[in-house]
Amino acid sequence: MTKDDMTPILSVDRVTRRFGDLVACRDVSFSLQAGEVLGIVGESGSGKTTLLRVLSGTLAPQAGEVRYALRDRGPFDLYRGLSEPERRWLQRTEWGVVHQNPRDGLRMGISAGGNIGERLMAVGARHYGEVRGAAGDWMAKVELDLGRIDDSPAEFSGGMQQRLQFARNLVIQPRLVFMDEPTGGLDVSVQARLLDLIRGLTRELGVSAILVTHDLAVARLLADRLIVMKDGRVVEEGLTDQVLDDPTHPYSQLLVSSVLQA
Amino acid sequence: MTLVMETERTAPDETYNFAYLDEETKRMIRRAILKAMAVPGYQVPFGGREMPLPYGWGTGGIQVTAAVIGPDDVLKVIDQGADDTTNAVSIRRFFRRVTGVATTGRTVEATIVQTRHRIPESALREGQILVYQVPIPEPLRRIEPREAETRKLHAYREYGLMHVRLYEDIARFGRIATSYDYPVMVNERYLMAPSPTPKFDNPKMTAAPFLQLFGAGREKRIYAVPPYTTVTSLDFDDHPFDVQSWDEVCALCGAADSFLDEVVLDDAGKRMFVCSDTDYCEDRRAAGHVGPEGADEADAPAGKKP
Repeated sequence: MTKDDMTPILSVDRVTRRFGDLVACRDVSFSLQAGEVLGIVGESGSGKTTLLRVLSGTLAPQAGEVRYALRDRGPFDLYRGLSEPERRWLQRTEWGVVHQNPRDGLRMGISAGGNIGERLMAVGARHYGEVRGAAGDWMAKVELDLGRIDDSPAEFSGGMQQRLQFARNLVIQPRLVFMDEPTGGLDVSVQARLLDLIRGLTRELGVSAILVTHDLAVARLLADRLIVMKDGRVVEEGLTDQVLDDPTHPYSQLLVSSVLQA
Repeated sequence: MTLVMETERTAPDETYNFAYLDEETKRMIRRAILKAMAVPGYQVPFGGREMPLPYGWGTGGIQVTAAVIGPDDVLKVIDQGADDTTNAVSIRRFFRRVTGVATTGRTVEATIVQTRHRIPESALREGQILVYQVPIPEPLRRIEPREAETRKLHAYREYGLMHVRLYEDIARFGRIATSYDYPVMVNERYLMAPSPTPKFDNPKMTAAPFLQLFGAGREKRIYAVPPYTTVTSLDFDDHPFDVQSWDEVCALCGAADSFLDEVVLDDAGKRMFVCSDTDYCEDRRAAGHVGPEGADEADAPAGKKP
């Protein structure tokens, strides 16, 4: 590996985000290498989703900085180094965000094909046939029936909506994908299929990902590395197997031991 | 029965200020109009007033007209291309009462044309003003309901969403089925809703010698297309923009190049196609053009030379 390859795609330095008196994230620091999948685990209210919003450019932190290495321009401070239109352009061209509730990530009023094509048209695609073709390819890649390309996602099941959300985000070949509880609210068998799919696609495309979850099984399956959050702080960080099999912080130990064994 | 559209100047009703609105209000609207002309296609907010007719009847257009009209102007008002429909008649009567200006049905004689749904067929010239009544000024509204977001989309020129609407059209109907209020780019910068005019009229908007002003009363927005500004209809490379065409010609005047209305004549389904622009149709008939059913027409245009 050259030195250049070692530049992290995303580095977070002492990020703090408060809501009034409540501190949702306190002094969070970590970095993400290209191609790596980082899991953020912790209980409800530990600041996971707030941190994800800060990282994905939708919520400015009060202190600290988030640096992202742009495809051809190198690392930039997301909030102070980029203007809002630049940040929005970045979100459209290099990133994807998969929401816990597919309703937040899809346009329910337009067809499945339109939902996938929107990302392409947002970056300038103006050829209907090509947009349509790409939408069809991605329907197939996420194992959705091509015959439903013109149906509204409102008529899809939860698992199908979630797969459509992945297709919509991956169609632009992003470098970094943020996932907030991507399998939340799905039944176990659908979860397993979806996890397989996510794992296959992220490996195939070589995308980096940040995955927020409270489900340690999901984290073990997808994440290379884990950080454990409690009350807005990172209490433990390490390789997934290491953290899950040999947790050192009392809270991580509690978290691991509270998982129900089937 | 023929409505008398041509009237001479008279004295306005003294009870009201000239053109109904007070001078300060008219000045405020004119400032908004100037800003709108300086930034073609940009929706300028203005302090819209209550008008003596309901929203949806043209309150935005009336306020714009009231702000630009002077005693020497000649006003024409059309609704769906016709001068003699309810909306057009009441707006014309309103301005007659509060300004006393001369009114006309003839496009060439008018200095200001207030319109709902159509751009007149006969080409307007430099110095004429076309005022549109706009119900929904925001072209992105149907896809993006958040106002704060649509303003950002305009500010950052992020218009990919509009193509999603066209995509949906083609996916569902095999072609771009949007036939009115067809989205346009103004001066290659702002996305604009041309009000509910048929897309047939879109090509008349680009590089036009006349001034185009748009007033939305309910949403309190004014926007403008100054003379000689490019107005481009959005499309896909493989589904280019196209206007409606008819197999028929106008039954009365035989015009093949004008926007036709389909009129159902009886319960048996008999129908005819006639020009939606009544002034254009009458002009053509006066010049001797006759359509397939024009000769039988009982109420031939009155007051016109054969």
